[in-house]
Amino acid sequence: MSSANESLLEVRELGVEYEGRAAVDDVSFEIAPGEVLGLVGESGSGKSTLARALLCLVPVARGTVSWRGTDLLRYKGAALRRRRRDLQMVFQDPLASLDPRMSVGETLAEPLEIFEPQLTKQARAKRVAEMLERVGLSPAVAGRYPHEFSGGQCQRIGIARAMMPQPQLLVCDEPVSSLDVSIQGQIVNLLSDLQRDLKTAMLFISHNLAVVRHLSDRVMVMYGGRIVETATREELFAAPLHPYTRALLAAVPDPAAALRPPGEPRERARSAYEAEVRGGCAYRGRCELAQAVCEQAVPVLEPPAAEHAVACHRRVELVYSWRR
Amino acid sequence: MSAAVPAPEPPTLRIEGLKVSYGVDGAAIAAVRDVSLEVSAGECLGVVGESGSGKSQLFLAALGLLASNARIAGSVRFDGTELLGLTAAALNRIRGSKLSMVFQDPMTSLTPHVRIGVQLAEVRVHHAAATWSEAERSALDMLERVHVPDAERRMRAYPHELSGGMRQRVMIAMSLMCEPRLVIADEPTSALDVTVQAQILALLRDMRAQFGTSIVLISHDLGVVAGIAERIVVMYAGRVVESAPMRELLRAPRHPYTALLTQCAPSLHQPRRDRMPCLKGQPPNPSEPEIGCAFAPRCPRVSDRCREQRPPLARIDELCQVACHHPLP
Repeated sequence: MSSANESLLEVRELGVEYEGRAAVDDVSFEIAPGEVLGLVGESGSGKSTLARALLCLVPVARGTVSWRGTDLLRYKGAALRRRRRDLQMVFQDPLASLDPRMSVGETLAEPLEIFEPQLTKQARAKRVAEMLERVGLSPAVAGRYPHEFSGGQCQRIGIARAMMPQPQLLVCDEPVSSLDVSIQGQIVNLLSDLQRDLKTAMLFISHNLAVVRHLSDRVMVMYGGRIVETATREELFAAPLHPYTRALLAAVPDPAAALRPPGEPRERARSAYEAEVRGGCAYRGRCELAQAVCEQAVPVLEPPAAEHAVACHRRVELVYSWRR
Repeated sequence: MSAAVPAPEPPTLRIEGLKVSYGVDGAAIAAVRDVSLEVSAGECLGVVGESGSGKSQLFLAALGLLASNARIAGSVRFDGTELLGLTAAALNRIRGSKLSMVFQDPMTSLTPHVRIGVQLAEVRVHHAAATWSEAERSALDMLERVHVPDAERRMRAYPHELSGGMRQRVMIAMSLMCEPRLVIADEPTSALDVTVQAQILALLRDMRAQFGTSIVLISHDLGVVAGIAERIVVMYAGRVVESAPMRELLRAPRHPYTALLTQCAPSLHQPRRDRMPCLKGQPPNPSEPEIGCAFAPRCPRVSDRCREQRPPLARIDELCQVACHHPLP
């Protein structure tokens, strides 16, 4: 049906509006089968809105989303619901995303009742038990309810639910940010195992670059509704270019940093709360490198279609001043 | 307690033998099991532990903020006054003025239908007997000191009109309205983005320098606490398992749990590994009886002795205490 190097998901010039304001603006990217794409940005950057747009959960104002070459935005009603089998989502709040009145087994069996109604009850129970084991839970928990589990266990259940219909793309929206640091790795490693064993492509969304680094093949950084930098994982962490990407990297809390002698200058975002700027580069209010040109035009990703592209008017200087 | 450590002045907060439990369906659930700690004047103490370790319950109990079905035993002395057993009226005179708290979720801890300026001013009207106009002036001044831009306009805003980071700044401003001796900040940055988190931590450091306030910073993230605390207490299953100055604790953790926590903080300064480091397993169920060391099932250094006998919190040198039969060297 599709050739090996065809993309699974292709997003072109996507725009989503909230009350006349662009929440997502001119976003283009692709995800290949089995690829993990990291998406990083802070609250209000548009990353969750983008995720919701891909699953047709919010209306799209402009652009196209194609799934294996067909236009995903044209699907409606029952056809859309069938299509969603291939695109599943894992949410930030693991407890709130599970129905408190349904047992774990019922929650996991539901997608099968919808997408594979021909299965017998026994066959469904077998699939549920297999999935529970795959996500590191005992099949015996099928009869229990969400409130009986810790946050980390609820997120395992949320992932199991999303994986039940055997999706080809899993959209994970901040799947670990409400969990203790000590167990975030359990969930990240679980997603990594699922990707390796089942070749599920993933869009992994987080505000923490240290978490994204473990899982992603490629990383996109989003600010003010636009992609401001995109690169392979190695490249982004070895040679970040956009001032915002660098601020995000500097903000990751690190016990080791506390042991370094003070006085070592650390880059820091000037503030996350400057008044919203109109026109030009959305980041200029916080950017220590902003110049007159940044007020005049919105920077676009350059070089176009390059593996490592950055949307910054001062791109050329950045390449020389920051690259070691 | 011991004569070896001469304290220049009595501690601002001294918690001794604090226990918190709940009776549920006839069974007792122990949230905090015999915790003692001190916070000296001007000190920042970090309290680190996973969900369910009792770190929040400990301080909520100390401030008399637990639900009425909680059973509390022990002693909490703040500036020489015993807080446990005080009447609500007496507690209210202390809370919010000399002793204040900043919570994780700034949206639910602000009153949604009252303007920011009024909520801030109210603190001084109630606790410092200020007039409304005086109090509003100090509210504006405090908003500027916590770097809220356009403070005059923000005074008239409602909580929902502010971003999460800005609301947390307002909460911190509110906690400082009466120049408290101690601020207890419970996961103040956990609901925020990393960039905003870094700013709020910088603000707490700055506030301490400006006001000389003692701070207790509670977090599940050792990386967050390490940037600001001088001393760190690590809690597990309702008990303190290690207590040491920040640098010693990070450089040479003695408890295996602390050692694992230092490796779990997602760091950009270490080479990327295919597996993200994490703690395996789950903390123990608080309704089950405590036999041996609570960390034994997850511990890489476990022995038979650990499963049978609970290690007491023991002083290993002047500054460090650890509760482990097999501490790291």
